Amino acid sequence: MPDINELQDFATQVRRDILRQVHKVNSGHPGGSLGCTEFFTALYQVVMDHNNDFNMDGKEEDLFFLSNGHISPVYYSVLARSGYFPVDELNTFRLIDSRLQGHPTTHEGLPGVRIASGSLGQGMSVALGSAQTKKLNNDDHIVYSLHGDGELQEGQNWEAIMYAAGNGIDNIISTIDLNGQQIDGSTETVLPLGNLKAKFEAFGWDVLEIEDGNDLQQVIDGLNDAKTRTGKGKPVCVLMNTVMGNGVDFMMHTHAWHGKAPNDEQLETGLAQNPETLGDY
Amino acid sequence: MKEYKNTGSKDTRSGFGAGLTELGKTNENVVALCADLTGSLKMDEFKANHPERFFQVGIAEANMIGMAAGMTIGGKIPFTGTFANFSTGRVYDQIRQSVAYSGKNVKICASHAGVTLGEDGATHQILEDLGLMKMLPGMTVINTCDYNQTKAATLAIAEHDGPVYLRFGRPKVANFTPEDQKFEIGKAVKLYEGTDVTIIATGHLVWEAIQAAVELNEKGISAEVIDIHTIKPLDEEAIIESAKKTGCVVTAEEHNFLGGLGESVARTLALNHPTPQELVATQDTFGESGTPAQLMDKYGLNAAAIIKASEKVLKRK
Repeated sequence: MPDINELQDFATQVRRDILRQVHKVNSGHPGGSLGCTEFFTALYQVVMDHNNDFNMDGKEEDLFFLSNGHISPVYYSVLARSGYFPVDELNTFRLIDSRLQGHPTTHEGLPGVRIASGSLGQGMSVALGSAQTKKLNNDDHIVYSLHGDGELQEGQNWEAIMYAAGNGIDNIISTIDLNGQQIDGSTETVLPLGNLKAKFEAFGWDVLEIEDGNDLQQVIDGLNDAKTRTGKGKPVCVLMNTVMGNGVDFMMHTHAWHGKAPNDEQLETGLAQNPETLGDY
Repeated sequence: MKEYKNTGSKDTRSGFGAGLTELGKTNENVVALCADLTGSLKMDEFKANHPERFFQVGIAEANMIGMAAGMTIGGKIPFTGTFANFSTGRVYDQIRQSVAYSGKNVKICASHAGVTLGEDGATHQILEDLGLMKMLPGMTVINTCDYNQTKAATLAIAEHDGPVYLRFGRPKVANFTPEDQKFEIGKAVKLYEGTDVTIIATGHLVWEAIQAAVELNEKGISAEVIDIHTIKPLDEEAIIESAKKTGCVVTAEEHNFLGGLGESVARTLALNHPTPQELVATQDTFGESGTPAQLMDKYGLNAAAIIKASEKVLKRK
């Protein structure tokens, strides 16, 4: 396992990858991607027991499903730098004929991706289905999923949340990225989510919180804690507080960079705040 | 003229149930999901035989489709069961993204399609589902005509790798196709050879097409009857070949004329062999309450309507 400094370097490089991907095509979603950099780093570099030799069925390994597919830049960077496909391919993000579509898909055969996502609210159901199949296959690995907080406004989530607890799906860890922002503004102004911890608990989930989801050590500890809570009859929810745009000062604490790319000057500023570590693609 | 014998009226949904029961015994990867309509979908026996492979999801169709997509990851073959209305329009985006675009091996099995659902009325009588589903890239769309064919189709789609929409119905209807038939996805079944007009029917209208052909024969009109159980991929070769022979076509389906079998046939003919065609279908309308027979009559979906359409299209040759 890489040490914490190596992991920080990994995360810094991922932030550079995010900025460079969206800058090149002047489109994409840097804000949520930057906010989840530590989560993806922890998941793929430390927490998950996964094979980089990709197989769609994913038997005898942990699986991950990204429900809020618009944060594809962080997903692609971490998949590439974890060995799923060549890092150079990040150059093709959102370009014609690319496997790196605007939102992740299985359609172009990109290793590491097991479901299309982008239209929100569908990922938890898919994750539950795969968790159910793992149980049928006597495969005791864990299924992870990530969801935006605003995404919980989609009703399908609550169907899935009800099903998971009602059927004791205890091999799933669903993380909610609590950055408090969505396209039209803060979640508080668009449609308040209320007390999510109380809601998940009322549905019968085991809920834990990560106070600072941009502190790598806290994310690793939180996810490891979540792991120890699996297999006990309840689905596990991680409420992870993050800052949208984390690591690039002018992108932080605002929804302005949800779906906007930096210009040349802004890119330079952002990259200067995240010096090259593992080598740019 | 060959006589097609009704060996005993049965509902097509029971054919699905029987097929699923058999699959439960022969294919351990088959799993079933249902949204609180186990009895209506005739999934009880599968559930009783294989409780560990049966998933009651409650009245939550969106979650059911998403879960089915996820269950394929690891090798399961999920069959989802609910009414056609809740299998398609209600969950279109879930099917589009999580099943079709993601290329998942999910079998969406839909009962109570069309007006023959009867007294529950238009809220439950979908007449748009074939169109919705055939527009999805990669989706196979099947509409079976009787018990035996539905059972055979249920077995066949388990062997097919890819998403499938299997549509069947509620009422007891004639059972006339062979019990031991082999169901070939995408292959038309010719029920009568004829020379004057081609009748291409799907679902509950196939039996009506047979009755129409018999009556037309008595009037001296030789009708070729083709059972199209697979709307997509369509057996274009069989359609073009028959149209070349008879020179006019009637299509018949329990579906809106927009988006259904009739339009697929019209497209095929327009591109390959332009041919006069009449469409027996609902005329861009919702259904309503009534008995299945009353509704099929009111909406022009029976042998009488097929005969009328045949006589009309013959004059356009």
